[in-house]
Amino acid sequence: MAEDIAALTAQAQQELDNIADERALEAWRVAYLGRSGRLTQVLRSIGTLPAEERRTAGAAANQAKGALEAALAGKEEALRARALAREAAGGALDVTLPGRPVALGRLHPISQVLREILGAFASMGFAVVEGPEVEWDYYNFEALNIPRDHPARDMWDTLWISPEGPRAERPMLLRTLTSPMQVRVMEKTRPPVRIVTAGKCYRYEATDATHESMFYQVEGLAVDRGISMADLKGTLYEFARRLFGEERRVRFRCDYFPFVEPGAEMAIDCFNCAGAGCRTCGNSGWIEILGAGMVHPNVLRGVGYDPEVYTGFAFGMGPERVAMLRHGIDDIRLFYGNDLRFLRQF
Amino acid sequence: MKVSIKWLREYVDVTLPVEELAARLTASGTEVGSIVRTGAGWEKVQVASITRIERHPNADRLQLATIELGNGERTVVCGAPNIQVGQRVPYAHVGAMLIDGHTGQPAELQAARIRGVVSEGMLCSEKELGISEAHEGILILPEDAPVGAPLADYLGDTILDLDVTPNRPDCYSVLGVAREVAALTGQRLREPDLSYGEEGPPIAGQVSVEILDPDLCPRYTASLVLGVKIGPSPGWMQERLVAAGMRPINNVVDITNYVMLELGQPLHAFDFAQVRERKIVVRRARPAEAMVTLDGADRSFTSSMLLICDGGGPVAVGGVIGGSESEVTEHTTDVLLEAANFHPINIRQTEAALRLRTEASLRFDKGLHPTSAEEGLRRATKLLVELCGGVAARGMVDVYPGQEEPIAIHLTQDRLRTLLGTELSMGQVFDILTALGCHVAGEWEVGFLVTPPWWRPDLRIPEDLAEELARIIGYDNLPTTMLGGAVPHHEPDPLRELKERLRDLFAAAGMQEVITYSLTSVATLQKLQPHPSVASLQPIKLANPMSAEQEYLRTSLRPSLLGTLAANQRQAEGNLQLFEVGRVYLPRRGDLPEERDMVVGLVAGAARDGHWSQPAPAADFYDTKGVLEAVFDRLGVVVEFRPAADANLAPGRTAAMVTEGDVIGVLGELVQPVAEAFDLLRHPVYLFELDVARLLSHVAHRRQYQAISRFPAVTEDLAVVVDAQLPAALIEAAIRQSPLVTSARLFDVYSGQQVPAGMKSLAFSVIFQSAEGTLTGEQVAAVRRSLLERLAAQYGVRLRE
Repeated sequence: MAEDIAALTAQAQQELDNIADERALEAWRVAYLGRSGRLTQVLRSIGTLPAEERRTAGAAANQAKGALEAALAGKEEALRARALAREAAGGALDVTLPGRPVALGRLHPISQVLREILGAFASMGFAVVEGPEVEWDYYNFEALNIPRDHPARDMWDTLWISPEGPRAERPMLLRTLTSPMQVRVMEKTRPPVRIVTAGKCYRYEATDATHESMFYQVEGLAVDRGISMADLKGTLYEFARRLFGEERRVRFRCDYFPFVEPGAEMAIDCFNCAGAGCRTCGNSGWIEILGAGMVHPNVLRGVGYDPEVYTGFAFGMGPERVAMLRHGIDDIRLFYGNDLRFLRQF
Repeated sequence: MKVSIKWLREYVDVTLPVEELAARLTASGTEVGSIVRTGAGWEKVQVASITRIERHPNADRLQLATIELGNGERTVVCGAPNIQVGQRVPYAHVGAMLIDGHTGQPAELQAARIRGVVSEGMLCSEKELGISEAHEGILILPEDAPVGAPLADYLGDTILDLDVTPNRPDCYSVLGVAREVAALTGQRLREPDLSYGEEGPPIAGQVSVEILDPDLCPRYTASLVLGVKIGPSPGWMQERLVAAGMRPINNVVDITNYVMLELGQPLHAFDFAQVRERKIVVRRARPAEAMVTLDGADRSFTSSMLLICDGGGPVAVGGVIGGSESEVTEHTTDVLLEAANFHPINIRQTEAALRLRTEASLRFDKGLHPTSAEEGLRRATKLLVELCGGVAARGMVDVYPGQEEPIAIHLTQDRLRTLLGTELSMGQVFDILTALGCHVAGEWEVGFLVTPPWWRPDLRIPEDLAEELARIIGYDNLPTTMLGGAVPHHEPDPLRELKERLRDLFAAAGMQEVITYSLTSVATLQKLQPHPSVASLQPIKLANPMSAEQEYLRTSLRPSLLGTLAANQRQAEGNLQLFEVGRVYLPRRGDLPEERDMVVGLVAGAARDGHWSQPAPAADFYDTKGVLEAVFDRLGVVVEFRPAADANLAPGRTAAMVTEGDVIGVLGELVQPVAEAFDLLRHPVYLFELDVARLLSHVAHRRQYQAISRFPAVTEDLAVVVDAQLPAALIEAAIRQSPLVTSARLFDVYSGQQVPAGMKSLAFSVIFQSAEGTLTGEQVAAVRRSLLERLAAQYGVRLRE
């Protein structure tokens, strides 16, 4: 009996070795381990043996069954692995092929940087407002403490509206800066005021790599009781950190704009070289980023604010310059040339 | 303003390294644009004297110059024609670093044999020394240049190029900058000597001065120096003029320029012999008066301009430029010196009218104090006496109708604290203001009375003094705080918010945002003709356009978008979808123009970027419309597209966008002539235009939630045959309006053999659903039946078999 079992096991094992697909494996299982399989029959026949043979035969048969079941499981595993390998070989994708393009457009780089700048101030409680690009001389100059024929008018070469241009009784012009919005907002609101505005400005200026006749400006204004130069410094320092990084340092220097007194200019330490000196900062380690100052009492008086009671600060900056510094753009004319090879980089 | 450190040291000790000094000046408001060192590479260059000049034996154009260095002679080959025996010249030893005349780069001087003669070093031009671009001749040094001295010691200097702000006319002078340096570094100022001997006859009776228009000329001072000898000015003076960027002319003219640079007061020297009737009259120009000015231009004047006249007529334009007739020449012996004060606004108007700005006028137009005239006159007279061998007439003419009392500014601790956000001590305030030349009086407890010095007319109010204190202390040394107080109430700005949403939505739909110029040309606008943008809306014109290309404010975004598309078609293939959110400028009588926010988009080329799996189809009307529909859907606006006409868009391929009866925009295919006018390479191009404010009034501010039915929906396809001309939207709307219909989506349009001629088949996927219960087949069939009956009655529709 034991020999029969050994022979059967050997035969089964040999047949199993030759099996190459799941169907043949199932047939094998039925043939040997199925309900009427050959090993099953051997197991059933053990009951008919004499008692003394029954134990050894039973043990041998059970051992054989365990061995064949283990072999079956091993074979199943091998076949599954082979099937997976075959599938991988036949139906595999070239995962390096490009994906199907999804149409996602882009905002102009100036729109992007404007959102960042305005967002930084909005989070400090500044409301975003807009104003006209075609302005009265009054708002662009007179109300900003720059009367007619003031020498500071040289700071802004102006494009005038025809027919009479600057000699009109009420001259109209293309705003040369966004500061007219300071006056427009204060005329309509009582203090406290905290606004920021952005928009196109224009100057009569020959264009080159760093000058454009049309450009954007961002302007801010805060007026309330007790606002000081220290608040100006703190607010703009906070802005610089938000836009250019937490570790930024800032430097303020005295500068002149007729509508502020004292006047200031703020520089940040170069975010490219951290102050060591590089091309971005012209080797100075510092980058001039905005003009600012305490609102001139004549401006406040002009809109009916009492400068003895209210003080405030204002600031202005060019988003093109911010974008150029940040992305290493060396020609301002690229912005409004709208070459897609440029725009698609942002 | 160029300031020589050497010159500056005459009035103040420079105790800081130049870089640090420049940083302090910049921080305090006078920006140092650049620092230029002359003599930085001149280690092997000396002052030499030419002792002999011979012809080169082998070359006609070359000479052999023998030079003396004080400790021996050298012989050099020299090609420059301007050398003479006895001149002082710069001599470079072999090994000196000089600027190569051809490359412009520094190069080491090599020993050379030129046409058979060894040159022991060379004589240098200004270009070779890096002083200027001049290289026609050797730099001839003043006669008193010390032979043998290192050139760097003699000529080397550091020049600060200052950007002077318009409020600081005092800094247009070396003395003014010296005052700043003194205040910033705590040094004492040494003022130039103004005294001179008056050994001539009294000036009274020799010349008369009359100011007829004192509003334009608050002060006129004059002195007379007799018996001057015209010649070159001394070397030190020429050197300083050159360092400041001026060209030496003769001793008299050089002195006037020198004093202008030194003290900031422009002067004018007349040849006294040419002053007719020995009198000066200051008055406004008469009609048609004219004169040839020093620059050789024949100028005519208007009655707004101020002239300096003698007994015969105009001799100078006050504060701007002199006339050529009374110019000082080599024959001049007696000089009438003028130092006057002019009204800055009038000077600016004259500059603008004459299109002329001079070193004198740019100082006067900032507003000088009349005291400056007297100081300048005394200084220049002293130099004339000392350097030109003249004798000064006793006394001076001083007509001073515009005398004003200096103002005192009341400066309180409170005001300073409010402005600067910090407490300054009495000592600090007193010391700084005094160092700046202010007279400080009064009690600190109730506020100082501060009288600014005459050279600071920009100091008028307490805020000006606060800036003075802050800039001397250093802005970086003031405290830094965050804004306190309540955040002010803010009105929302829905128009701005909508513009930002539109930017996001069109970009999300795959379009690229552009920003184009607001200024355009009439030719560009006319490419859209006969569109109303040019025909009936007169665009606003600039009075002083920079070019014909930028002469008008645009009345439409279409031209700039089409121009941008045309330029990009030459660079890029495939998908070109552009949009701009921008303003057009529409004139209003007697008021600022209306600045209307518009969106214009262009869709051209492929509908999307190509992919290897399938070619990208060309974009068409429905791609463009799909973008707009998606945008409107996100905004919660229901928009109808109705057939419409637009002069730039193809008939039958143009739709007006209408919502709640309002036309908010237009969409269509660009007509060929417009495409050609803009040089578009590829066609078709689809254009849309939206009026943002009109759209805004229909945007859903708050969307109402619609309950979602718990009961199952029934989806049925419904194919109907209709007249081919009938807009599909009518049928779709009719289906949607039926009870129980929650959605109707057109999924097929067919015309051809399967339907009768002149008809088309429209197939809709219709969803029926009830909020009250599960629909039965009978309910759906009933709705469907009545729907078809209504469609048949209204539009002659039949069910497709």
